[in-house]
Amino acid sequence: METTLTWTPVARLADIPRLGSRVVATAGGDVALFRCADDSVFALDDRCPHKGGPLSQGIVHGYAVTCPLHNWVIDLASGEAQAPDSGCVNRRPVRLEGDRILLALPA
Amino acid sequence: MNMMSAPRRRLVVVGNGMAAMRTVSELLSRAPQRYDITVFGAEPHPNYDRIALSSVLAGEKSLEQIVINPLAWYAENGIRLIAGDPVVAIDRAARTVTSAAGHVAPYDKLLIATGSRPLVPPLPGLRLPGVCTFRDIADVEAMIAAAETQRRAVVIGGGLLGLEAAWGLKRRGMGVAVVHLMPTLMERQLDEAAGQMLQRALDERGIAFFTNGQTEEILGTDRAEGVRLADGREVPADLVVVAIGIRPNIDLARAADLEVNRGIVVGDDMATTADADIHAVGECIEHRGQVFGLVAPIWEQAKACAAQLAGDATAAYVTPPLSTRLKITGIDVFSAGALSAASEEDEEVVLQDRKRGTYRKLVLRDDRLVGAVLYGEVADGPWYFRLMREGTDIGAIRGRLIMGEAACGLTAADPKAALAALPDSAEICGCNGVCKGRITGAIADLKLTTLDAVRAHTKASASCGSCTPQVEALLAMTAGVAAPTGPKPMCKCTTHGHDAVRRAILEQDLRTIPQVMQRLGWRSSNGCHSCRPALNYYLLCAWPGEYVDDAQSRFVNERMHANIQKDGTYSVVPRMWGGLTNPRELRAIADVADKYAVREVKVTGGQRIDLFGVKREDLPAVWRELNAAGMVSGHAYAKGLRTVKTCVGSTWCRFGTQDSTGMGVKLEKMTWGSWHPHKVKLAVSGCPRNCAEATIKDFGVVAVDSGWELSVGGNGGIHVRATEFLCKVTSEEEVLEHCGAFLQLYREEAHYLERTAPWVARVGIDHVRQRVAEDHEGRRALHERFLYAQRFAQVDPWAEQAGSDAFKTLVPAE
Ligand code: SRM
Ligand SMILES: Cc1cc2nc3c(=O)[nH]c(=O)nc-3n(C[C@H](O)[C@H](O)[C@H](O)COP(=O)(O)OP(=O)(O)OC[C@H]3O[C@@H](n4cnc5c(N)ncnc54)[C@H](O)[C@@H]3O)c2cc1C
Ligand code: SF4
Ligand code: FES
Repeated sequence: METTLTWTPVARLADIPRLGSRVVATAGGDVALFRCADDSVFALDDRCPHKGGPLSQGIVHGYAVTCPLHNWVIDLASGEAQAPDSGCVNRRPVRLEGDRILLALPA
Repeated sequence: MNMMSAPRRRLVVVGNGMAAMRTVSELLSRAPQRYDITVFGAEPHPNYDRIALSSVLAGEKSLEQIVINPLAWYAENGIRLIAGDPVVAIDRAARTVTSAAGHVAPYDKLLIATGSRPLVPPLPGLRLPGVCTFRDIADVEAMIAAAETQRRAVVIGGGLLGLEAAWGLKRRGMGVAVVHLMPTLMERQLDEAAGQMLQRALDERGIAFFTNGQTEEILGTDRAEGVRLADGREVPADLVVVAIGIRPNIDLARAADLEVNRGIVVGDDMATTADADIHAVGECIEHRGQVFGLVAPIWEQAKACAAQLAGDATAAYVTPPLSTRLKITGIDVFSAGALSAASEEDEEVVLQDRKRGTYRKLVLRDDRLVGAVLYGEVADGPWYFRLMREGTDIGAIRGRLIMGEAACGLTAADPKAALAALPDSAEICGCNGVCKGRITGAIADLKLTTLDAVRAHTKASASCGSCTPQVEALLAMTAGVAAPTGPKPMCKCTTHGHDAVRRAILEQDLRTIPQVMQRLGWRSSNGCHSCRPALNYYLLCAWPGEYVDDAQSRFVNERMHANIQKDGTYSVVPRMWGGLTNPRELRAIADVADKYAVREVKVTGGQRIDLFGVKREDLPAVWRELNAAGMVSGHAYAKGLRTVKTCVGSTWCRFGTQDSTGMGVKLEKMTWGSWHPHKVKLAVSGCPRNCAEATIKDFGVVAVDSGWELSVGGNGGIHVRATEFLCKVTSEEEVLEHCGAFLQLYREEAHYLERTAPWVARVGIDHVRQRVAEDHEGRRALHERFLYAQRFAQVDPWAEQAGSDAFKTLVPAE
């Protein structure tokens, strides 16, 4: 079966502090939205590939977030854990339209 | 008589200031045996760094820290110092000088370095108490004393000196106004645009300005009460500082019939034109029609003069190009050379970013840079200055020149590579005229490994401190191979260690995390999870009440004010003062546990109750209900004060000697909410049986019949460490004061994530004892700083955060 994804507004840029994150509850689980220093926005599943820590609660730096549970550093663009750790977290398609943040969610 | 040693000649020096002692130092390194040296100084101090008076006034340095040549230095070099006794006459025929106290000193060579005097206009009211200038230690002491008792100051003069005075007084809590004759500030160093930006920045910091203001009178009858301007405006003030300029101090030379004009006239050999045995250096001289007010040219004069005195008749002084920096920490201004185009042929290039508050202007003439004014971002200043001094042909990079060194691709954007590429002759420390080669040479030859050692041997970075990052980088590069010791960097984002960063925050008045990173050359754009929380804490500790905490630089527990658990839920621990609770609190806890389906309720090892498994979204509601029952956050998550454990003490216990529970509650009431480099735990036991385990706490109190025994630096964690004895006191007030002082010392000195146990082990208990137990005034000052910081820290985060949407989960809109 085919799923259709639709761009769905989930937040305003101003809802997320710079170098911060907020959680969006979606049918497919919690998604963490990150806002970097230059206002670029990334979206990842809110589950660390290590032991499921909530990445949304980590410290954002550069284009990365450090998981609050055991300090794995996850690259926001690729979802990959930084060496020496390895693992990958699912990325979610995200778009910024003016100051609205849109996630591609199953309609 | 030994034919080899010629009799020493007598050198007498009038003036014990920066120019004089620099000349003597240079002379000693060239010809240590040549002279018997006698120095007269009008001020009752050894030679100190006059430049740093601004930092002393601003409270960033102490007077002890700015001494350049301590008394021992004079003794070691066989110099006779007569301080506090000005020379009043020179007898050129008899070759003697006479001091006010009647000392007569014969000379073969005389060096005059009497500096300058503050310029004071002939204003009515000038002699009133409450009026001073800004030139020496006595002036600074007068201003500091005034700031302690008086409220308002007016500074006459909006030049470098006046603004630094204004800023220092502002930092000391006075209301400050600046009266300036011209329409824009620092008009001799800055163009109009930069002057206006500077005024706006200072205005934002609360300094009021009266530009185009001609002071006509100092008001007041018994003491200064303000100033009146020519246009009728009146500015009330309890302190009036006159800082409109300086005038070479030439009275003595004039009376001795030396040639004087604006200053004492000297030739290229630094000898006075009238008498070849009398030399003069510093702000008191006039050379080829020019007089001086900055140290850079004075260092060159000192070199030439010392060479001449050492017998090198060819040594000649040439005035170098000059650059200026303002030492108002946090406001960056740089200027050198021409401020604007002088003719049709000159070209001005301007780059302004209003949003970021930066401005730069370059003045070009025939493919050469002849002037630069930078505001807000000055890292390129030394580079522009070098292009000017060396007369570099900039034709090929003309289009990009304004963008700075990195954009011109002449050197790598990496500041370390840029530093490595600099020639040995490149000046690093502008204040003390120290070039790269001298620094790296000293590091290599003397095997220096610390910044302080480099400062001591070369004077680089010893004054205004703005070159500290470069000096540290040179240290890392040069000593790095030979001696990989030195402080460990905070993290991979920087080469600086914790102590260097903490010091720079204070010395350079760094106020925000981005500012620290920019100024200290962070390698990453916004740090990492290990440096950001540390910087956030250091800034919070340095600027209580002013620094705005950065939530995004807090570890999750401190951002959410709850401890995150392995499943992503949180635990909630309300404070129970000294381990005491009551039925009302217990009932509220039970109600919350029921209502929010708390999965486990546990009594902690810290004598209070922990609620486990609370969902993020429920946190505000849980807190609100606990708040309503009178409970506040227990900070069980904080790098801050956790618990104060107590035993029952004399209230119930048959062995108890004092009210240990009551003491514990008082300690907790005083210390709750305080932020620290790591968590802090206290305990009070009622007798040496020590049921509260006080001897494995950060600060432990054990009651005995005759008072309280205090001990510090204990830890019950990974490495168990018993406390070390601090001292014994008799009253509860003393317990509180020692506790506050100890915690403040820890707050100010420890590295982030260093608990008191390793910190005390590192610095030594003697250091802690000296600062907290033995130095009574120091202890009171530490305690006061602790209490001051607490005025801003004792806010219950639960009450404060209950309305925040940081806890909410967003949902997709329809
Ligand atoms: C709840 C509690 C255990 C209990 O059920 O009794 C506890 C629980 C935790 N302790 Fe503890 N410690 C608790 C008392 C202690 C004690 C006993 C005491 O305070 O008297 C110690 C030894 C004393 C000491 O600190 O010197 C203690 C030594 C540690 C250490 C080791 C510290 C060290 O310097 O070596 C850690 C690890 C750390 O802080 O880095 C730690 C860290 C933790 C953390 C925060 C682990 C973590 O990062 O998740 C635990 C989370 C608690 C939570 O989620 O609520 N806990 N922990 C106690 C809470 C006390 C309170 O009321 O606030
Ligand atoms: C607050 C302040 C901030 C400054 N900031 C900077 C800066 O950022 N950058 C910069 O380049 N420059 C700065 N300067 C200027 C710099 O301090 C001077 O250029 C330098 O000190 C001049 O050295 P000097 O030896 O000629 O004079 P001084 O350092 O003033 O020394 C002269 C000494 O001679 C003594 N004396 C005078 N008459 C007699 C006598 N008859 N007998 C015995 N002793 C006598 C005086 O008491 C004084 O101690 C600043 C100055 C001040 C006051
Ligand atoms: S330490 Fe002393 S006062 Fe405290 S409970 Fe034990 S016996 Fe009692
Ligand atoms: S769960 Fe993220 S690092 Fe362990």
